[in-house]
Amino acid sequence: MGFPHKSHPKETPVLSTHFGDPEARSLSGWRARGGYRALEQALGMSPADIVNVVKDSGLRGRGGAGFPTGLKWSFMKPGDGKPHYLCCNADESEPGTFKDREIMRWTPHALIEGCAIASYAIGAETCYIYIRGEFTEPLRTVGAALDEAYRDGILGKSAMGTGKRVDMYIHKGAGAYICGEETALMNSIEGRRGTPRIKPPFPAVAGVFGQPTTINNVETLAAVPHILTNGAEWYKKMSSSSPKSTGTKLFSVCGNIARPGNYEVVMGFPFRDFLHDMCGGARPGHTLKAVIPGGSSVPIQTMQEAEATLMDYEGFVANGSMLGSGGVIVFDDSVCMVRMIARLARFYAHESCAQCTQCREGTAWVTKIMERIERGGGTMHDLDTLLELSENMTGKTICVLSDSCAAPVVSGIQKFRHEFEAHIAGKRCPMRSAAAA
Amino acid sequence: MSAGEMGAVHAESHAAHGGAGHPHREEYRPVFTGAVRAELDSVMTRYPTKMAALLPALWMVQRERGWVSEDAMTEVAQVLDLTPAYVKGVVTFYTMYHQHPVGRYFIQVCTTSPCGACGAEDVVRAFLEHTGTRELGVTSPDGKFTVIEVECLGACGFATPVMVNEEFHESVTPDRVADILSKLE
Repeated sequence: MGFPHKSHPKETPVLSTHFGDPEARSLSGWRARGGYRALEQALGMSPADIVNVVKDSGLRGRGGAGFPTGLKWSFMKPGDGKPHYLCCNADESEPGTFKDREIMRWTPHALIEGCAIASYAIGAETCYIYIRGEFTEPLRTVGAALDEAYRDGILGKSAMGTGKRVDMYIHKGAGAYICGEETALMNSIEGRRGTPRIKPPFPAVAGVFGQPTTINNVETLAAVPHILTNGAEWYKKMSSSSPKSTGTKLFSVCGNIARPGNYEVVMGFPFRDFLHDMCGGARPGHTLKAVIPGGSSVPIQTMQEAEATLMDYEGFVANGSMLGSGGVIVFDDSVCMVRMIARLARFYAHESCAQCTQCREGTAWVTKIMERIERGGGTMHDLDTLLELSENMTGKTICVLSDSCAAPVVSGIQKFRHEFEAHIAGKRCPMRSAAAA
Repeated sequence: MSAGEMGAVHAESHAAHGGAGHPHREEYRPVFTGAVRAELDSVMTRYPTKMAALLPALWMVQRERGWVSEDAMTEVAQVLDLTPAYVKGVVTFYTMYHQHPVGRYFIQVCTTSPCGACGAEDVVRAFLEHTGTRELGVTSPDGKFTVIEVECLGACGFATPVMVNEEFHESVTPDRVADILSKLE
């Protein structure tokens, strides 16, 4: 459902069915809504069979990279004699994205059930749910749900009476966007600074505490119980464009839009209908100008590109951007694109872990130059400098934070160059003077 | 930018440079005794290494003392078999650990682009004005408030989200600021 709004008839609620329903939060409420049946079912299957069902469903990671989930799980080798770990990435910090927050604060048991099934499938006895420190409400709701699950014997020394141990703990973040990067997240669990690690080794070989580890996003794990209950075919059929993108996806919508909130649609849903119908389009008296469709790290789309997009992994790429985390940021004609991009650059400069030179220096210089242009002190040469800097920030670092800073800058200059030029020619922000008048 | 980077007006100078045995320093009261020590011991069972309990231990320090002093970092280092320098390296990486005392109400206003597009800067101005702090990161003279701008709080559809200590306020507009503050003692 379109929390905090009523469900739109064209939505397909699966994960969001119980958003806004406080009774779904408790264990008894969750069981009354069919909860934990999928886990029971899973325990009657072999781990390999579970991995195969998830593989067949086509489920791909919902955190941003879109890696096939079943394939990721299959990298965990059973019986290797090593402790296996599951890490749930609940560090949701990508500007524009607030879907995992809703899953955790309305349906915490959905996440715990997904984590328990995944733990069984990959042979993990310990699962860490890494929740960002600012998420005070999700920390409380997931914490209370974990207590219930332990009391009920769903978790613990003999989880669900199987004789197998599954322990699940919250690891509370402490304010660092980069800890949403999977290797930084593992470092943070280990009690280190949250700096990304060089890969290989990949987490399935040497992850948290040097042991085989799988890291999955909240939304990915919450989808797993539904896939087991309803079958891979059911999930695969929810696909209206590319067969490589299956199931439903939660999209968070924010910025200058009539009805911000979370919406759940089948992969391949037309972005035009989504923006203008489901989300109510522009605010009265305004027109939409630009969309960042997958969280702030993906390229900006013009409205023309956005309106031609079918909402799946392939559809966004075909129209100049990426699905990313599904955080849709909408800008209308009241917004200065130069100012918005400058503020995003400042975000990345603040959040850079400063390990890699290209990122540490690049994000800082891009911010300085963007803010100079925004204030009216820029030159035409600055645009070339920004593009050159961005090129040096792309594909050259341990993680993609640097690339993420470059994406809105490059796409912004390509697609909204006239706004940059107006700042430079007029030696001030044309929007700001308009607003002041 | 974190409050720590900016420095608060009430930073206790003895905490910054005072080494053990400094004549002017107050006696340091350890955090990890009694029930808090037992809590940490329980947390340590969740991880295969002692070091992994570092972030939880620092959260406990902040809960007990309101901030993480250098003395507390030294204590945490001793408890977890780490060096004080290592602990400081971790503390300074994460923005939520206060390296200086802050106001009784620590107010974080999200101003990243999605909220910025919805008027977050006006919300910041309203908080600075109504709390009397006037400046970001500065604690009000009565020690009650510290206001900072924070990066994305992950609630962009509820612009502008504001955190007052542990409490999350959604869809805050400048005209709601006085009301939010009036409920704080």
